[in-house]
Amino acid sequence: MSTSTDTIELLAQQEYKYGFATDVESDTLPPGLNEDVVRAISAKKKEPEWLLDFRLKAYKVWLTMKEPTWANLKIEPIDYQSVSYYSAPKKKTLASMDEVDPEVRATFEKLGIPLEEQKLLSGVAVDAVFDSVSVATTFRDKLATMGIIFCSFSEAVQEHPELVKKYLGTVVPHTDNFYAALNSAVFTDGSFAYIPKGVRCPMELSTYFRINAKNTGQFERTLIVAEDASYVSYLEGCTAPMRDENQLHAAVVELVALDDATIKYSTIQNWYPGDKNGKGGIYNFVTKRGICKGRNSKITWTQVETGSAITWKYPGCILQGDNSIGEFYSVATTNNRQQADTGTKMIHIGKNTRSTIVSKGISAGQGQNTYRGLVRVGKGAANARNHSQCDSLLIGDRCGAHTFPYLDIRNTSGKIEHEASTSKIGEDQIFYCRQRGISTEDAMNMIVSGFCKEVFRELPMEFAVEAQKLLSISLEGSVG
Amino acid sequence: MLLEIKGLRVKAEDKEILKGVDLRVDPGQVHAIMGPNGSGKSTLARVLSGHPDYEVIGGEVLYKGRDLLAMDPEDRAREGVFMAFQYPVEIPGINNSYFLKAALNALKKHRGEEELDAVEFMALIKDKAKLLEMDQSMMTRSVNEGFSGGEKKRNEIFHMAVLEPKLAILDETDSGLDIDALKIVSSGVNALRSPDRAMIVVTHYQRLLNYIVPDFVHVLSEGRIVRSGGKELAHELEEKGYTWLEQGAAAR
Repeated sequence: MSTSTDTIELLAQQEYKYGFATDVESDTLPPGLNEDVVRAISAKKKEPEWLLDFRLKAYKVWLTMKEPTWANLKIEPIDYQSVSYYSAPKKKTLASMDEVDPEVRATFEKLGIPLEEQKLLSGVAVDAVFDSVSVATTFRDKLATMGIIFCSFSEAVQEHPELVKKYLGTVVPHTDNFYAALNSAVFTDGSFAYIPKGVRCPMELSTYFRINAKNTGQFERTLIVAEDASYVSYLEGCTAPMRDENQLHAAVVELVALDDATIKYSTIQNWYPGDKNGKGGIYNFVTKRGICKGRNSKITWTQVETGSAITWKYPGCILQGDNSIGEFYSVATTNNRQQADTGTKMIHIGKNTRSTIVSKGISAGQGQNTYRGLVRVGKGAANARNHSQCDSLLIGDRCGAHTFPYLDIRNTSGKIEHEASTSKIGEDQIFYCRQRGISTEDAMNMIVSGFCKEVFRELPMEFAVEAQKLLSISLEGSVG
Repeated sequence: MLLEIKGLRVKAEDKEILKGVDLRVDPGQVHAIMGPNGSGKSTLARVLSGHPDYEVIGGEVLYKGRDLLAMDPEDRAREGVFMAFQYPVEIPGINNSYFLKAALNALKKHRGEEELDAVEFMALIKDKAKLLEMDQSMMTRSVNEGFSGGEKKRNEIFHMAVLEPKLAILDETDSGLDIDALKIVSSGVNALRSPDRAMIVVTHYQRLLNYIVPDFVHVLSEGRIVRSGGKELAHELEEKGYTWLEQGAAAR
């Protein structure tokens, strides 16, 4: 049994003592979902009427919908009435790092997370020196001078309602699927970014986000709009074991890229995966989609998914603008009893649109890993091109890898390629490495990194390094 | 003494393969282990390197006076035991020179020496690569992936040249080599002979020993060393064949 899994397990057990269902503080709604709850959330956030209407419409649609069952996942039924849909940000803080579990601290050390950030992630009260709000403000002021808006979704609703109203639900409509409808009804917060025409965002929108991501909650909503000829790279997530009190996550992310704009969206997901017997763990049902609305626009999704008990996620691109480009680079790891059903959708509508899919699935323990991808070429999408590559790596003989590529081609002028491979880390490879002086753990890391390098190189540099470490931690103990 | 094998008995899949092997190796010596198929030559090489498929059921092996069999394979490597594999494994996705740098630095770290950075490492391997006529693409390709049989064997000796072991075990390095590749590999091995390095050369054929001339030849048959001698023993074997010895062994 690996220490890191123990670590996360301990962390989670500590969390579940304070589980959301028993929270009685005044700023938390009692469990259950009905129209009044939706209204109450909107009222607490002092939202304009149009947004309340959006939520209510979504709620009504949600009532008529059923959870999708087509995924290759075994999920215990979820009681949506036992969930509390509004909970104020965390109240519980620890007095110092000494109160944090030593195993958790060891994991932080392995990942090289700076001390002050460790405190934030563990919920320790932070010194004035490193106040996340002030850091955020500094970044925001700098960005604002370039016309870039980067703030929480709630703030955007208050301060830039016209932008939110214009784009909200245009990429992922509230009717899209069960979880997207649920999110549209009850989302609490998330991020908003707007890059004006011709502006290249000078920094990864990441440092700030990593620090502030801790309380964005289970129904997160993100909207990024890149105006003509603008560029932004956005990183979501955190490589450290994150505190999280919620089992059910249903996020929605919408990206809009106008003419000649580029959006890079990178995710590192490391939620609690459950224990080795499959007890506990986050259910992660995410709807992420971007639209390349303008010509020559480009959206790149890069994801490293190592956490969660269940991952259900298909970040996609609607390639509407002529010559637009969609890319999807993914590493998904399942260890112990984790299950992932993930992939992408590339919808070619405009002419000369191109898409690239690189999916790397790693299964260890009794993990089940499914790639599910759709490439659709519409009637008008002349000369569309797609290249898909789906590789699976198996560690041990109790895990599984599955690939479900769907092709829906209605214009034959294009070129669609699909490649798939399955390989196994063999004991003979490990022995060869050991005979050269390389430990089993390092050998595993080398082989896994080699397997994932096409995806890692798409990540911002500093995160590529962390992602690699994270991967090795999540696979610790799976060989030898 | 560098290596002392005493009464080594080894089992694999419930079959006893080595039935009491004794061997003493001093620094600077080259010992050839010959024998027919199934005699246990490769088993001996793999057991010394720590391969997990074998179970030691008797005897002991001292390396630099320490119990070699108690050490993990990586620790044996770090202490200077190297095996050139009979069938080198392909490791897709890992660049050959990157792999070798990781290996060398693992050794250096173990010995408390400064690890090499990429620039220092590239300088170090340049000459060694020349020695084995390794072409640049063999450095940048994945470890052994898509290498021809000869390239794989050359790569093994190249690894040896870089890692500079105290005890090198060459497991049927000549198998699958044409005469040109055999000459390159042998001259690489000969260049690595040194007073503080011992080699155990496992081979079925005498041919290799024309190029790598051993100090001692041992003949393994049915799990025991049945005959030891100087390099002339190899020639005798070449003339008379293994059956000559097996008859002798049976008669004992």
